[in-house]
Amino acid sequence: MDMKRDYYEDIQLLDSKVLWFWFIMLIAALGVFPFLSPNYYIYMANYMAINVIVTVGLNILVGYTGQISLGHAGFFAIGAYGTVLLMSYLHVPFFLALVAAAFIAAFFGFVLGLPALRLEGPYLAIATLGFGMAITQVIGRWQVFGGRMGMEAPPLTLFGVNLETDFQRYFLIIPVTFFMTWAARNLMKTRVGRAFIAIRDSDIAAETMGVNLTLYKTLSFAVSAFYTGIAGGLFAFLLGFINPSTFNFFLSIYFLAFVIVGGIGSIFGSIMGGVVMTFLLLELDKIQEISFLGIGQMLAAFSERWMTLVGLPNIASIIFGLIIILLVVFEPLGLYGFWIRTKIYWKTWPF
Amino acid sequence: MFLQLIMSGLSFGSLYALIALAMVIIYKTSEVPNFGQGEMAMISTFVAYTLLVTYQYSYAVSFVGALLFAAVLGVFLEFVFLRRAKDPNVLSLILITLGFEMVLYGLASWKWGADQRDLPFPVSDFDTVSLGPAVVSYLNIATLLITLVLMFFLFLFFKYTKVGIAMKATQQNAMAARINGIRTNRILSITWAMSSLIGAVAGILLAPIATLDPNLMLDPLLKGFSSAVLGGMTTLVGAALGGYILGIIENLFGGYVSLEFKSIVAFGIIVLVLCFKPSGLFARHYVRKV
Repeated sequence: MDMKRDYYEDIQLLDSKVLWFWFIMLIAALGVFPFLSPNYYIYMANYMAINVIVTVGLNILVGYTGQISLGHAGFFAIGAYGTVLLMSYLHVPFFLALVAAAFIAAFFGFVLGLPALRLEGPYLAIATLGFGMAITQVIGRWQVFGGRMGMEAPPLTLFGVNLETDFQRYFLIIPVTFFMTWAARNLMKTRVGRAFIAIRDSDIAAETMGVNLTLYKTLSFAVSAFYTGIAGGLFAFLLGFINPSTFNFFLSIYFLAFVIVGGIGSIFGSIMGGVVMTFLLLELDKIQEISFLGIGQMLAAFSERWMTLVGLPNIASIIFGLIIILLVVFEPLGLYGFWIRTKIYWKTWPF
Repeated sequence: MFLQLIMSGLSFGSLYALIALAMVIIYKTSEVPNFGQGEMAMISTFVAYTLLVTYQYSYAVSFVGALLFAAVLGVFLEFVFLRRAKDPNVLSLILITLGFEMVLYGLASWKWGADQRDLPFPVSDFDTVSLGPAVVSYLNIATLLITLVLMFFLFLFFKYTKVGIAMKATQQNAMAARINGIRTNRILSITWAMSSLIGAVAGILLAPIATLDPNLMLDPLLKGFSSAVLGGMTTLVGAALGGYILGIIENLFGGYVSLEFKSIVAFGIIVLVLCFKPSGLFARHYVRKV
């Protein structure tokens, strides 16, 4: 059923007719969706798409190359600020600015990848974390970046059309996401992708097999940072406004949580992780308004009696933390592992 | 000026050193850098605050109560979550502790809101004493003394008590320790309790200088972790020294170069040091085999 008979079958992107069918269905659904749904859900879809880009990028680093990064909020910030600054001060057209900012992020990723050659585990964690913190601090203190007050995104013009609504931006963000995801899946089937995976499984063994560790480790950081930079650039226009406190340490943890929940080392898992977690993130923020079974009122009353009402949205943080812990403990492969097991169950059903 | 900066650097450094010690104790037995450490200490400090201000207990009762709570919290987290992880690798263990951090942070912000409070403390931060050209507050001196005494007791504990030696054995080789009849699981729980307790001491000492809110330990945790990495995650003495070094350098930088970028310099130093000594300043570097 899943037998591969030659090399070209192995590197095909979509390897069965069923997959092609669902793939076309997905494109159709994405195309029709914005015409049928209310504005808020289009905004949500944009948000999801941006987080999917980050998750895919981070997964290349964490899941495929086996490194750890607690500083991706830094790359996200570089992407966002880079795009906005290039557009408002140098009047670079949008696409050029976006790609340039992403390349700046990639350069920083390359620089961060250099110490990573010698570090692992907690040492790498603290180095990347320090990088993320440093970026946020610098942005917050330097007047060029608007300081604590942040910056407003310039008007977004593309091919002469001014993109103002979420509906219009949808047709920018979704194709970019689609392309980036596609490219990542492609990358993992090439020489580079296989080198990443070899490094993850055992870097010393990979080196003895002739994989150039210096090149591929820094490349992995750079690619991952590039993805995150692109997502950051889009994010600036999704909100229309950026300030340094958005790109804090918790954002880096959230990104890592997306990867874990989706599934380490899987592009499809990254998509699921980005979509599901963004949904939770946006919905849990207004948990008081849930009218289902009176949960909202109950929580509010409970908070008033035992906790504080202002602190109620922090339930999101609690639930996120619990999801991370429970998933790591019980289902280390995340949603993707869940999906695989369900699939195998149905395939071999009566047995 | 110079001496003044050194003195306040020592005072902050001892807080970093405490947190670094707490992290190293856990790291040595469980191989996991505990990112939840800061929030565990923060919650314990809030417990002290609640006992002290809301229920009006005496200082002794509140602080002992908070420390007990910290110990129980540590054991709880280790027993309920960390022990259940099957086939743990470094990444998943780090993630579990990040999960702790988020849960505890969320709980504290839900329970106590974002208000900034002041934790009363028996030693004043405003009464000062002159040591030569430097002016030092009583609280700074108390912090320094308490830390040194605590470290001294830790040293005695690891050197002379049965439990301490069993901990060292578990750290060096868990399998061999088990063969020799040490219940390594129980040792792990005790480690977490101790570490959480030390963290809580740091939190209670920090709260009177800073303001008590759920963000209390966010920055100190990172600094403490950095100190541990700077000194070497595998040596207790190194981690403590790392804390003092970081505290002093940071303060000198803040005093002479730029106050604004004071907190970045810590991370800059870490990355530089790690480039040359990947296992920290005071730890021996082990080369891993395939």
